Amino acid sequence: MRIKVLSSGFLTTIQDLGRKGFQQFGVSPSGAMDVRAYKLGNMLVGNNIEASSFEITLMGPRLLFEGDGIIALTGADLSAKINGNPVALNKCVQVYSGDLLVFGVPKTGARAYLAVAGGIDTDIVMGSSSTDLKAKIGGNGGKALQKNDVIKVHEHNMTYSSRFIREFISKKFSFNYHKAVEFHKVRVLLGPQDDYFTEKGIETFLSSTYTLTNKSDRMGLRLEGDVIEHRDSADIISDAISFGAIQIPAHGMPIVMMADRQTTGGYPKIGNVISVDLPVMAQLTAGSKMKFELVTLEEAHLLIKEEDKTYKLLAEHLSEQAKRIVKKSTCYEVTVRNKNYYVEVEEIL
Amino acid sequence: MKLLLSGDSSVIAEFGNEISVEINEKIRGFKTLLDEKKFEFINEYVPTYRSIKIDYNPNLITHSEMQKLLNTIEKELKLVKLPEAKVTIIPTCYDLRLGPDLETVARHNNLTEEEVVKIHTSPEYLIYMLGFTPGFPYLGGMNQRIETPRLSSPRTRVELGSVGIADKQTGIYPITSPGGWQIIGRTPIKLYDPSRSVPIMINAGDYIKFDSITYEEFEHIQSEVKEESYKAVSYERRVTKSED
Repeated sequence: MRIKVLSSGFLTTIQDLGRKGFQQFGVSPSGAMDVRAYKLGNMLVGNNIEASSFEITLMGPRLLFEGDGIIALTGADLSAKINGNPVALNKCVQVYSGDLLVFGVPKTGARAYLAVAGGIDTDIVMGSSSTDLKAKIGGNGGKALQKNDVIKVHEHNMTYSSRFIREFISKKFSFNYHKAVEFHKVRVLLGPQDDYFTEKGIETFLSSTYTLTNKSDRMGLRLEGDVIEHRDSADIISDAISFGAIQIPAHGMPIVMMADRQTTGGYPKIGNVISVDLPVMAQLTAGSKMKFELVTLEEAHLLIKEEDKTYKLLAEHLSEQAKRIVKKSTCYEVTVRNKNYYVEVEEIL
Repeated sequence: MKLLLSGDSSVIAEFGNEISVEINEKIRGFKTLLDEKKFEFINEYVPTYRSIKIDYNPNLITHSEMQKLLNTIEKELKLVKLPEAKVTIIPTCYDLRLGPDLETVARHNNLTEEEVVKIHTSPEYLIYMLGFTPGFPYLGGMNQRIETPRLSSPRTRVELGSVGIADKQTGIYPITSPGGWQIIGRTPIKLYDPSRSVPIMINAGDYIKFDSITYEEFEHIQSEVKEESYKAVSYERRVTKSED
């Protein structure tokens, strides 16, 4: 199958789990911002967990499928439609040659993932297909999708089967970016340079509400709110930067370093978002409100273990569901008393 | 050595809070030992001016086991004789066609252009770390006699391979990018080439030495680089007694 780009949207890039082992040479890891949504997409279509997918930011592209295939959309709800019919999230969907996938108004979240059975066949640079826009490597020749690009998909031998896992997924994983909340909770650990801040500074950091600004990208998410007070200097002799590191430059506003971060930097880092909450951070949109909450390292590690266990359960659940062969499935959006519902109609063999 | 938290899957081993050869030597030692041991629970590590960040898989090793391990490695550092650092020769053409700011640097320091080149090609420069862009070396050891402030207005395009000076630092642009450094020459070799089996040809903890070449030699090496027949020249660095 091939996918033709009819229009590019705001920013769609090809990503996988990122470049590994090259940070010591100054190469950003890149990779999916919301690793959870990215992994779920691949699991849904039966791919290897590291297969290349599209990361679609806010305003999605218009994509024409040339050939039949199986896809899944995960992460943000960007009002996807195939040939005019709404596409449900977190579900695998059969597409046919000539089908047109378009996106509308972003509803919840910032980044959707489009996984394709077989995975995208693309440029592998330093062991990864991830697009690094700054270094101009990986994915679609180091660039975001452009109008008229044709993206190839690897051959595969998966057969379509409707997989009833949305309930499982929503029960087991927290997608709090889909819920209307007063503020999002993002859990953090302090360090490595929390000693560069006054007690008052740490207190501000852990109690204030911060708002995501529109000066945010795959490199860093810039927040606005109460000024976090440094002890004296806001400069350090450069050291390395982890995914989710929270830098506080002299202006006192947090910048959360994300997938395309520089490998080293000279601002003190007050804390770091814990692994399982990085997807929450990745899905904030300009104007989203959030609060940092301190946890212990033990809690953070326990949460990683739980998440991994959930992936294993999901894999079992999926292989069970794969036995149900469905000839055709259509999704309808129905409004009853001002509430929207997805209704699926399946034609069973 | 201090161990610091850098998220739930990284620990930073910090050796000091300054830029010094002694600290860098410890970090290089640490990195060499990690390279040799190839622990399955360690994903990667990033050496910097003053520390090395180690990314690990918390499902395979606990944080306290990690701390214990890093403390053991620190003790080993004192016992193990590490291999000598490598010095890579960077052939550089200090011709005004390729180094438009050589005159400025000479004038600023009351030197002739020949003197600037002689001073710049004399030391073996320590690569403290790589960062900022793929393969960009943060070098130490430049002679104060050629210190020159950055351009007042940065160029929108500096060709890859350009060799420059910014205040107390000297460096090489591994990719074509905007930049405000005083450009005194250019090397035909590529520090970074993503299509190569070894994309970045230098390592933190090693050294580079600039070697002055003519414009004709520049063109010759450039065509060798293009044909992929150029072989980088390097030698083992000898540490003199006084440095030890």
